[in-house]
Amino acid sequence: MSTSSSVLDSFNIQTSHDLTWNVLPLLHQVKHAMDNLLENNTNEIIDLRSIPLAPGEEDNLLKILGQGEVKAQLNALGPSEIIETQYNGVWLITHYNDENEIVSRHIEVTYMPEILLSQMQDIRSSSQRLSEKLSESQTDNSTDNGQNEKH
Amino acid sequence: MTNNKNLKDRTLGEAMQDHGISRRSFLKFCAATASMMALPPSMIPAIARALETAKKPSVIWLSFQECTGCTESLTRSHNATLENLIFDSISLDYHHTLQAASGEAAEEAREEAMQENWGEYLLVVDGSIPTKDMGYSTIAGMSNLDMFLQTAAGAAAIISVGTCAAFGGIPHAHPNPTGAYSVYDIIKMYGNASLDGISSASISNTSGGSVADKPIITVPGCPPIPVVITGVLTHYLTFGTIPELDHLGRPKAFYGQSIHDRCYRRPFYDKGLFAETFDDEGAKKGWCLYKLGCKGPTTYNACATTKWNNGTSFPIESGHPCLGCSEPDFWDGGGFYKALSVPTIDIPSTVVYAAAGGAAAGVALGALNKNKKSNAIRQHTKTTIDDLEKE
Amino acid sequence: MSEIEFLNWVRGPAFEIATVIFIAGVIIRFLEIFLLGRKTNLAEAKGSEMSSGLRTIVSRSIPDKNTFKRSSFKIVSGYIFHLGLLVTIFFFAPHILLFKEVLGFSWPSLPTAIVDAFAVVSIITLIAVLIHRLRDNVLKFLSSTEDYLVWLLTILPLITGYIAFHRIGMTAPTLLAIHILSVELLLVAFPFTKLMHAFTLLIARWYNGAISGYRGVQS
Ligand code: SF4
Ligand code: SF4
Repeated sequence: MSTSSSVLDSFNIQTSHDLTWNVLPLLHQVKHAMDNLLENNTNEIIDLRSIPLAPGEEDNLLKILGQGEVKAQLNALGPSEIIETQYNGVWLITHYNDENEIVSRHIEVTYMPEILLSQMQDIRSSSQRLSEKLSESQTDNSTDNGQNEKH
Repeated sequence: MTNNKNLKDRTLGEAMQDHGISRRSFLKFCAATASMMALPPSMIPAIARALETAKKPSVIWLSFQECTGCTESLTRSHNATLENLIFDSISLDYHHTLQAASGEAAEEAREEAMQENWGEYLLVVDGSIPTKDMGYSTIAGMSNLDMFLQTAAGAAAIISVGTCAAFGGIPHAHPNPTGAYSVYDIIKMYGNASLDGISSASISNTSGGSVADKPIITVPGCPPIPVVITGVLTHYLTFGTIPELDHLGRPKAFYGQSIHDRCYRRPFYDKGLFAETFDDEGAKKGWCLYKLGCKGPTTYNACATTKWNNGTSFPIESGHPCLGCSEPDFWDGGGFYKALSVPTIDIPSTVVYAAAGGAAAGVALGALNKNKKSNAIRQHTKTTIDDLEKE
Repeated sequence: MSEIEFLNWVRGPAFEIATVIFIAGVIIRFLEIFLLGRKTNLAEAKGSEMSSGLRTIVSRSIPDKNTFKRSSFKIVSGYIFHLGLLVTIFFFAPHILLFKEVLGFSWPSLPTAIVDAFAVVSIITLIAVLIHRLRDNVLKFLSSTEDYLVWLLTILPLITGYIAFHRIGMTAPTLLAIHILSVELLLVAFPFTKLMHAFTLLIARWYNGAISGYRGVQS
C-alpha cells in the first residue's frame, strides 16, 4: 500500500484527498450494515472491486477503517488476510493468489467471517485423517514398542 | 488429454476434493470467482453450490484474423491459482496458439473433441473471418469460414472474444480489404448455408446442427479485460447458462455500464474541469479527459471498476482517454484524440468552401433579384384618379 | 448500420452536409438582403444613423411598460427560453469544443449541473409557449406550419440533448447520435425559416433606429 502511493507520487498523479466521492457513501453503507447486523442479525458483504475508486481512494478507505483487535492469516490457495477493523464487526478480507497478487477484497459486516469457521467437510476429512493417524501409531506402537523404549 | 477424458464425468467439486483442495479454499475460490464474474457477494453460496456440481465442459478455441492479443491478455491474467483452477476445470481441447500439438495432430484433436462432445462444447472465437478471398486466412488448408461453420455446427454456444470476433475489429475497419466480418455477421450471412461441402469425413455425427440459432456471447475489447474473458467462461462453467446479455450480445455484468458512468474522473467532467493537453495543470490534477478525445461516454466496458493488471488501474487512471475499444467500428471514429462532440470531418475547410459557394450563389441571386426589382419598377404604372373612377 | 456506425455517420458525412447547407444558406440569405439595395436617400441627414441604430438595438430589446403588461407571458417566456438556449448551446463544455474546432478559440464552460438546469427550464418554457400559442385564438390563427416546424426543430436538440446526457432509454452512442442529428436538422432548416431571425434580428433593429436617426427623430 505504501509502495503504491509512492509510485503515484513519482508519477505526479493526484491522489484522493479532495475527491473522495465514493469513500463517504461506502462508509455510510458500512454503518448501515452494522445497524442491520445488530437489529436483524443480517450479514453484508461489499465487493470493493465493484465500486469505482480513484487512485489512492482504497488506501484512504482502509486507513479510515484501520486495524482492530483481530488479524488472521489464511493459507489456502495462496495467502489471505482477514482483519477486524477498528470498528468491531467490520472485517476486511483480502484474498491473494500464490504470487501474492490480490484476487479479491471484500468488506464483511458480520460477527465472524465464514471463511474463518472450520468447515464441516474439512472437519470430517480431518477426523478421518486423525483416526488413520491414530490407528497407524497404534500399530507403530505395538511393533516398535520395545525399540522405542531403549532410547 | 486422455486424463481429461477419464475425469470428464466428474463434477468440479469432486475434482477439487481429489486435488486435496479444502472446503475453505473452495470458499475462497468462490469469493474470488464472484468478484471476477462481477456478481454480488450475496451470490457466493449459489456459486459454491453450482460449482460443486458443475461438469467439465469441453472448449474449442479458434483463432482467425487476429493478432493474438486476446490470448496474450488471457494468459497475462496473473490470477495464477484461480485461472489454473478454471483451466483445470475446463478441457481446452483445441487452441492452436496454446496447444502443444501442431499440424494434423492438432486438427485431429479438434475433430475428436467435436465428435465426442457434439452439441455440448463451447466454441470460443477470436479474430474476424474474411469473406472476400478464402485464401486470405487458412488453417491446415481449411478456410476460416469453413472451419468456423463446421465447428459452430456442433457448439452449445459461441463466445466471440475480442472486438475482431465480436464486431469485426481492425480487419473490418474501413476499407476492409479482406471483407472481414464478425462471428455474428457471418452467422447472419452463412448460418443457413449447407455444410455438406465442408463436413469432414472424420466427423460422422454432425447432424441436426443449425448454425443460425446458436447463442452468441460477445466479449469485445481490444483486448478484452482478462478477468472478463475468464469471468464469462466461468459463468458458463458454473451455471451452465448464458449470462444476461445486452443488445450487442455483451454480458451485462461486465458491459452494463459505460466507462463514463463509472469513471472516477466524472466529478471533474460534471464540474467542467478538463485536461486540455497531456501535460497541463489539469492533466496533472487528474481532470476529465473528454477534451483529449475520451470515448468513455459512448463505451460500455468494465475497465473503470474491474480495472487492468489485476486491479492495478485502467487507461483513464493512467491519464489516457478511453479509445472505445469495446464498441463496434471504433477504428473508424475519426481519431482517438478527437473529442466526441467534434465532427470527424475537417469543419474549418468545409466552412470555407461552403462560404465561398454560398457567396457566389448569393451574388448571382442578388443580381437576379436586382434585375427583378428594376423590372418591377419599370413596369410599375401609377394608379390615377381616373383609373379608380372607372370602377 | 451499428449504433457506432450511425454515430460516426452523423459526426462525419451528415455533419458535413449540414454545415455546407447552413453556411451557404445563411450567406445567400444575407447577400439577398444586402444586394437588393435601397434607393439613395436624397434628403439631408438630420442625425447619425449609426448611434441611433445601435441605441435601438438596445431599446427595442427592453419592452416598454404597456407592451409588457399586454403580453407579459410572451415576453418573459421568450426571454427565458432564449437565455436557456444561449447557455446550453454556448456554455456546455462539449459544445464549446465544437466551436473551438470551427472558430479556433474557446471560452470557459459552466458546470454541467447548471447547464442541465437551464436546459430543463428551456424545455418547459418552450412547451408552455406552444400551449399558449394553441390556446390563444389570434396566435393560433396567425400560426403557419412553419411556426410549428421551427418550434419542433428548436425543442428537439434540447430534449435529445437532455436525454443523451442522462442516458434515458437507449444506449449512449445512439442517444448521442440522435442528438447530433437533431442539431443537423436545425442547421439545415435554419437559413430557410424564421430561425434566420437569430441573425437578421439585430440588423433589422439597427435599421429601424438608423432610419429614425437619419430623419433626426427618436426611435
Ligand atoms: S475521463 Fe472520459 S470517462 Fe472519465 S469522466 Fe471524463 S469523459 Fe467520462
Ligand atoms: S478504457 Fe476504453 S479503450 Fe481502454 S481498454 Fe477500456 S474500453 Fe478499451
